[in-house]
Amino acid sequence: MSKQYKFLGGVHPSYNKHFTRDLATEELPLQSSYVIPLSQNIGAASVPLVDRGDQVLKGQMLAEPGGFVSVPIHAPTSGKIKKIDMYPHPSGRSMMAIEIKPDGEDKWIDGIGPLRDYENMDAEAIKKAIWDAGLVGMGGAAFPTHVKLSPPKEKPIDILILNGAECEPYLTADDRIMVERTKDVVEGAKLMAKVLGVDNIIIGIEENKPESVQKIREVAGPDIRVESLHVVYPQGSEKQLIYALTKREVPTGGLPMDVGIVVQNVGTAAAAFDACAYGKPLIERVMTVTGKGIKEPKNLLVRVGTLISDIVEYCGGMHEDTVKAIMGGPMMGIGQHTLDVSVVKGTSGMVFLTKKESTLYTSEPCIRCASCVDACPMGLLPTVISSYSVNSMFDSCESYNALDCIECGCCAFSCPSHIPLVQNIRRAKAEILASRKKAS
Amino acid sequence: MIISAVITLAVLGMIAGIGLGIAARVFAVKVDPRVEQIEAVLPAYNCGACGYAGCSDYAKAVAEGQSVNLCAPGGPNTVAKVAEIMGAEVTEQEKMVAYVLCAGTDSLAKKKYLYNGVADCNSANIVAGGDKQCGYGCMGLGSCVAACAFDAIVIEDGLARIIPEKCTGCKACVSACPKNIIHMIPASRAVHVACSNLDKGPAAKKACSVACIGCKRCTKECTNDEIVMDESGNLAVVDYSKKLQVSAPASVCPMNTILVIENEFTEPIVDPAPEEEETATQEERA
Repeated sequence: MSKQYKFLGGVHPSYNKHFTRDLATEELPLQSSYVIPLSQNIGAASVPLVDRGDQVLKGQMLAEPGGFVSVPIHAPTSGKIKKIDMYPHPSGRSMMAIEIKPDGEDKWIDGIGPLRDYENMDAEAIKKAIWDAGLVGMGGAAFPTHVKLSPPKEKPIDILILNGAECEPYLTADDRIMVERTKDVVEGAKLMAKVLGVDNIIIGIEENKPESVQKIREVAGPDIRVESLHVVYPQGSEKQLIYALTKREVPTGGLPMDVGIVVQNVGTAAAAFDACAYGKPLIERVMTVTGKGIKEPKNLLVRVGTLISDIVEYCGGMHEDTVKAIMGGPMMGIGQHTLDVSVVKGTSGMVFLTKKESTLYTSEPCIRCASCVDACPMGLLPTVISSYSVNSMFDSCESYNALDCIECGCCAFSCPSHIPLVQNIRRAKAEILASRKKAS
Repeated sequence: MIISAVITLAVLGMIAGIGLGIAARVFAVKVDPRVEQIEAVLPAYNCGACGYAGCSDYAKAVAEGQSVNLCAPGGPNTVAKVAEIMGAEVTEQEKMVAYVLCAGTDSLAKKKYLYNGVADCNSANIVAGGDKQCGYGCMGLGSCVAACAFDAIVIEDGLARIIPEKCTGCKACVSACPKNIIHMIPASRAVHVACSNLDKGPAAKKACSVACIGCKRCTKECTNDEIVMDESGNLAVVDYSKKLQVSAPASVCPMNTILVIENEFTEPIVDPAPEEEETATQEERA
């Protein structure tokens, strides 16, 4: 039955979810310091409203949106603003962030708490609650949710898809959210569907999460379609998920709304429920800390701004031969060069790999085997784009649709010559966008 | 029979020949004879420094009125010859060479991670700004070397160095560098602040043992703002429009960031003679 829910291409890396799949989410205790970056989403960075020395309460707005495609940022705990300065950022460069010294009270700001009559909120009220809570896509892309739920009138929407695929190896955060907060996920989906004005909700979950599938099916009821998806990477990629569930193809250079669909992560749905039901801002999330390189793998509920070094300590520390710390999954995550970075709203996990698991490669010439072509879920020719990129022929890269590349890594994963295809294609994309900007 | 075949071919040949002769006159393209003359004196590097697609393209542009002064790689001799053909004025151009404003070799500058990727600076720059702790410094992977058509750049201990004697001033390396730390400098200048780090002193020092820490001692050795601090206030910058021919800024620099590099093009360093200073002290004593 799940065979019909797939797309072209894709790869099957070892999933390694056994490290944390059956571990209940633990709450990370209050730490001694929080560093909250002002840039945690696609779009404009947020603008600070506080100054050094200010006392803040938990859930208080620390920074306001820097534009429409931007969100507010809230304090993860009560305390004093220590500094607003440049700090290491998960992207690898240093960026502005607010450092808070907790006072230990963990006191909420007024107005957050008792259950509200969320079922009778209208679409505008729900959208406002979502924006005020600072919601961004929690699957990793961190696109402001209120913007995604505001498609222009020319793009009518008829389906809301909830993304419970979690196709990255090692990560089990979404799995735990679906098992532990099933009702919140489903209610959140209904709230978001109300904003969009759609009746058709589909929840897609990879079939390697049988408990999640069963629980969500029970709670969702007969009006919501819950599908068990074929296990393949990148099943959780928006465009691939849409094709697998509806056979609709997002046009090149387009967005899901071009085919009448909006996709949201299950974690975002649960956060949307929190925002509407309790007025709770997005200040914490579930993440998976895993891999052979960490002594005690866990699923943790952590606050935004928690330092990875603190999390590593809580999980027993790294093994001596740990060489790689990846924020996200091993396919698309970002390698970190320091643990002094913080959890941001889109942090789904940290994967720690040992020396044996992280081979240093040397590239050989392309043998024209087309493994990359077979694997590409977007139907591109990675070997061609990469060759043009290496020779700085970026116009040719553009004509081979380099901008449609989702950087999923299937091509590099399949290449028997270990050619860094994704890096070459990323270079091409950067050059194409830069020359477009120059031309305009 | 043979004769008729020969005659037929001869007649056909004559018709074709006359036809071609007429066509050559009627459809002749008027070529400015100067274009060929100019192209003959240009160096045929086809490097693009003039902004045109190769030497023949520039020759055509000059014949149509473009400036005769654009071929820097050809040097003053070439410019003079082109000017002669066009009957135009030659403006004195100072010889410019490219210089990499960084001294952070692998031995002196720290790395923040082990980079295992494409051996190209522009590609490595995508990965957290490169593997150097100093986010501004030379990445040493050779994008500039690949861009240079004159073999004028070498990578030594992870740092790019331009050989002034080979540099033609074509500027290809300037646009190839993703950190934008290659600058065109008058070849006569010998004193350089070999750093581009804009971070505050302590952070710069942590990243590299020859970084500029913004102490400003060099600026105090200057009488006419030959070295000034940049906008951030953290980096000393030489104003190359002014002549700086003393070695004092280099000797007072606590980080050995300022280098005096002399070659066949540089004007000699003229330091104040030590005897004059002793005489002054004697006078003061008297």
